[in-house]
Amino acid sequence: MKQLQEKAKQRQLGDSLIIKTAVRLMVPFIQLFGLYVIVHGHYSPGGGFQGGVILGASFILLALAFDMKTSFKHMSEKVNAILGNLGAAIFIGVGLICALVGGLFLDYSALNIIIPLGPVEWRSFGIFLVEVGVGLAVMSIMVLLYWNISSSGKMDEGL
Amino acid sequence: MSIIAAILIVLGLFFFSAGTLGILRLPDFYTRLHAAGKCDSLAAVLFVLGIALYTLQDLSFGSILLAIKLLLVAVFVFIASPTATHAITEAALILGVKPWERTKKRKA
Repeated sequence: MKQLQEKAKQRQLGDSLIIKTAVRLMVPFIQLFGLYVIVHGHYSPGGGFQGGVILGASFILLALAFDMKTSFKHMSEKVNAILGNLGAAIFIGVGLICALVGGLFLDYSALNIIIPLGPVEWRSFGIFLVEVGVGLAVMSIMVLLYWNISSSGKMDEGL
Repeated sequence: MSIIAAILIVLGLFFFSAGTLGILRLPDFYTRLHAAGKCDSLAAVLFVLGIALYTLQDLSFGSILLAIKLLLVAVFVFIASPTATHAITEAALILGVKPWERTKKRKA
């Protein structure tokens, strides 16, 4: 028992080869599944929020299994902030464009004036646009919350 | 096909109940995690395989697509569940959770 404990303490917690290999195998598939949940959201269970949470969880898994610098390599703070603001801007922008061309706020069928696809198709496609925005915003905010909380605001080492 | 699916699902149920019994009855953290990790990963995979076979009863494009998705779920459960068990056990070992030892000696 003691020997095992000493052996495990010599390397850092979470620094084991098994965990790293499994995470490296699984992260791309988790991100693919997150995109699938976002895109398939208006036919099946899922949607922007859920897909965004899955995408954010993949980056949090990277930060947990390796360290925070590895997750910065894959998504830096700057890109994170840009993606979060872009997501919110897509949501508000689609709603405001609908209002500007003569409908109500987020009334997608009004977008038919710009590109004539038919009001029913525009309702389906408009939900997709808004959900992409929600997914981006949720992903970046989740990752930012984890970074800040796990390093107590310093954004250096993490857990 | 549905008979094989039923056999697989019943086997999965058996392993799940064995794992639950282990979690309830075994004495300390490590042995409970042993029961939970082993039984749950095998049982979940058997369950998913059974359901995949059951959806393949009528061969159409949709059912084959569904079966492939279910098989992918099985593969990833098989990768993720043992890894999670390993991570939890190592954390417990480093924090110094003591394994169970028989304290009372039986009368000869």
